[in-house]
Amino acid sequence: MEEKGWEPRIVAFVCNWCTYAGADLAGTSRLEYRPEVRIIKLPCTGRIDPLFIIKAFEKGADGVLVSGCHPGDCHYTSGNYHARRRWIVFRELLKFAGIDLRRVHFSWVSASEALKWRDLINEVIETVRSAGPFEAYRRLNP
Amino acid sequence: MDREKKLREKARELLESKEVDLVIGYGWTRYGKRVAPVFITRPEDVDRLIWNPMCVNNLTLYITRKYPDVKAMGRPAVVVKGCDAKTVNVLIQEGQLKREDVVLLGIPCEGVVYRQELYDGEVTKENVSPKCVVCDVKNPPLYDHLIGEKVEEGSGFEGARNIYQEIEELDKKPEGERWAFWMEHFERCIRCYACRQICPLCYCERCIAEKNMPQWIDTSAHGRGNVAWNLKRAMDLAGRCVFCGECERACPVNIPLNLINQKLSMVVEESFNHRPGYESEGHPPLIVYSLEDREDFIR
Repeated sequence: MEEKGWEPRIVAFVCNWCTYAGADLAGTSRLEYRPEVRIIKLPCTGRIDPLFIIKAFEKGADGVLVSGCHPGDCHYTSGNYHARRRWIVFRELLKFAGIDLRRVHFSWVSASEALKWRDLINEVIETVRSAGPFEAYRRLNP
Repeated sequence: MDREKKLREKARELLESKEVDLVIGYGWTRYGKRVAPVFITRPEDVDRLIWNPMCVNNLTLYITRKYPDVKAMGRPAVVVKGCDAKTVNVLIQEGQLKREDVVLLGIPCEGVVYRQELYDGEVTKENVSPKCVVCDVKNPPLYDHLIGEKVEEGSGFEGARNIYQEIEELDKKPEGERWAFWMEHFERCIRCYACRQICPLCYCERCIAEKNMPQWIDTSAHGRGNVAWNLKRAMDLAGRCVFCGECERACPVNIPLNLINQKLSMVVEESFNHRPGYESEGHPPLIVYSLEDREDFIR
């Protein structure tokens, strides 16, 4: 799978109200950032089931980013707090199962933080690149 | 055995007074070698009830909504060890059960065997269930009638394999080795869902593993679906699992599910200071939140 010119594939699960708007702002502001990220918009980080991340890996992602509103800013008041709690546990589960945590990232990006989004994506892609292609997971495919 | 006699007496009393319609306990199977759950409805049958270290099942499984036929039999009394009583606490906490709907026959327990076939008249550090090695609920935390005298808390199985040590050792290994360890186990999974069926806290009416629009978890027994299933199952029990050890016992291919469940219990205790099963008040930790939850991993 690892050919010349391999670029990591990142799936970003973002919330509709903050991070998606932030990423949109980055676009409308014509900020340039790495193109290896695929953005999936959801109503809220609280909507993101751990299975989404597993599914992303199954479908060939090398890294996953989950991003939503800053604490206190959630459009649904508490979705991001619930998500935060879930990620504390899920992250440890992935680590215990032997998945490199360089592949899973979490962040808060608000609707105005286009610059943070740009830097975040570039950083995440560099980190995932250092972890290499997720061959171990792809080998599980039948 | 003294406790056994007292258990039968209490069961007879409850059935004769019509306080309960059904006593769920342990009894011998047909050939008298193994122990299985029994459902006693008539006072004259109470002598079928037994108590010994082979009484491993968590009988609270039968008072969940997974068993409408048991529910239809009327008001139940259930024989519970300490670990089983913790399940009842979680079921009450999650609104699955009202305390007054069940009579708990709490039975102080000094350890049960890991697998019945390993039992040879005595519980030793070789054949003891891993939950008993770290047990702190030899006396049930919740009961209506205590069968016999309380016993002294504390393990008494020094030198037996300790699950927390095993987790620590696994934690120290490099990621790749942990991955290989789990893949080796998950690869054997035949997706019989025995772990789910035996778990009293896996009570969803429709499991995500059976939903196919979309198909979240591959149904055939190969690596991809097996990893998804086992991680999802562990995740859904995080902060709820009371370590009754039934999933690992029921697993036909010996996947060390206790390790993964207890790892998450440790994470939950460390992060949210919650130990499931010790009280029925409050909420399970993963359906609530605190403003102070750590976020050192979030950018």
